[in-house]
Amino acid sequence: MGAQMADQDMIENDQPLLIAESLSKSYGRIAACRDVSFALYPGEVLAIVGESGSGKSTLLQLLSGQLAPSGGCVSYRMRDGITRDLSTLGEAERRFLFRTDWGYVHQDPAQGLRMAVSAGANVGERLMAVGWNHYGRIRDTASDWLTRVEIDVARIDDAPRTYSGGMRQRLQIARNLVTEPRLVFMDEPTGGLDVSVQARLLDLLRNLVAELHLAVVIVTHDLAVARLLSHRVMVMKGGRVIETGLTDQVLDDPREPYTQLLVSSILPP
Amino acid sequence: MNAPAYNFAYLDEQTKRMIRRAILKAIAIPGYQVPFASREMPMPYGWGTGGVQVTAAILGPQDVLKVIDQGSDDTTNAISIRKFFAKTAGVATTTATQDATVIQTRHRIPEAALHENQVLVYQVPIPEPLRFLEPRETETRRMHALAEYGLMHVKLYEDIARFGHIATAYAYPVKVNARYVMDPSPTPKFDNPKMDNCPALQLFGAGREKRIYAIPPYTQVVSLDFEDHPFEPYRFNAPCALCGAENSYLDEIVTDDKGGRMFVCSDTDYCEGRQAAGHHGSLSAAPYKERAHGGSNG
Repeated sequence: MGAQMADQDMIENDQPLLIAESLSKSYGRIAACRDVSFALYPGEVLAIVGESGSGKSTLLQLLSGQLAPSGGCVSYRMRDGITRDLSTLGEAERRFLFRTDWGYVHQDPAQGLRMAVSAGANVGERLMAVGWNHYGRIRDTASDWLTRVEIDVARIDDAPRTYSGGMRQRLQIARNLVTEPRLVFMDEPTGGLDVSVQARLLDLLRNLVAELHLAVVIVTHDLAVARLLSHRVMVMKGGRVIETGLTDQVLDDPREPYTQLLVSSILPP
Repeated sequence: MNAPAYNFAYLDEQTKRMIRRAILKAIAIPGYQVPFASREMPMPYGWGTGGVQVTAAILGPQDVLKVIDQGSDDTTNAISIRKFFAKTAGVATTTATQDATVIQTRHRIPEAALHENQVLVYQVPIPEPLRFLEPRETETRRMHALAEYGLMHVKLYEDIARFGHIATAYAYPVKVNARYVMDPSPTPKFDNPKMDNCPALQLFGAGREKRIYAIPPYTQVVSLDFEDHPFEPYRFNAPCALCGAENSYLDEIVTDDKGGRMFVCSDTDYCEGRQAAGHHGSLSAAPYKERAHGGSNG
């Protein structure tokens, strides 16, 4: 029985969750993203690094189905185990996927949160969207999640307007994780936070990712974030992936001149 | 004889056809907001231009019209709309709910049960129930299309988190025919149960917002709620001071500056009917009092 379960887990973890095949996107004559292919496995954290304008954010939007690619396709292994091309999903299915099995953490928490409604309702919204209809249970789950992201439960009825930047970002993470997604997209989650708050957030993220066995695609220009969180790194320049590999390998022993430049531009501690 | 300068019931026939098509579509898709080319009416927005256009489109010469405003037949809004149709359509008007075939209403549903030969026309200021939750109209339309109504519960959740109970007292959201979430116009939530399985046709017109929606007769209308905080109609805990009614919706009237107040039925026709039938309240006048609206109809 136990062995069978382990086998099931092996299969579950052995097949890629998200597959990108020669993804391209051009805006008129400008190619924002060219021929990007990779596979992401359950529990794996992939960092996409590069300077601004390198196509990181476009790639993230293509992967999360918010933009239609000009060429190539993205497939995702749904909860029922069947891998499907995202472009064949109907809008209703895609939106359902987006608010159940996926998460999306914006750089600016105001984009990912409802700033005027309480923290509890922010966390509970996804639950209500999938049909939870019991106030007490929604509230209990919300307080549980606030505790997990280190927000004082006494603030549950306060609107995120009254929260600090770091708290807002943690609330946004709780809001995304409440439906236990398997894949989370993050767009510069630590951008605009001061260094000590960044450190705390990264620590929290690292624990949650391990605990929940999350697959994460994280876009960042901060190599320190990539080093702390990710297993693998993709370096982008001019819309192309120029180097990819294990995080320590790429960051400690960069092959491409551009990556070497990126790595060497970090001030030594 | 000179031909009258305007058409029967004010609107021209082409406009009426357009509105009727919107009404038919609204009836076919209960609770769905149908866009229509709302016209300028000889009254300001907010005075019931949507309801007036719907009434004008469905009114026939044989109809008997009743107009109420917050349950009352004798407020400015009700009187002016009633006069408007008496003049432009020459239809009979009444204040008695039972006798009317078309009832245009602002913010109330009459207390007397409606029957199959009646149409209730609501004046609607804001047809979109998700308006103050999701500012993008393109997004709310998509949410209706995909029946994504989690956000509506966010509002109810906020009520409970803030006040300990669902404090929304009017414009309480309902789900029509197990599909569309609909704003019942700013009627008190006391009236919500009357919309469910109602024998009369209910039409909603929003003039400024250019939307018409409908609840066909005998359609299921459910007020949204939580399992552990079920929907409850609200009513002041007092009998009507004039007719003693225990089950009607009450208005609170402040009578002096020392905290004095009285509660009276908001539905004036219902209250007068009960008084005429011999019911009394604590503040009823002497029996020789003249009836306020004896036989006149505005």
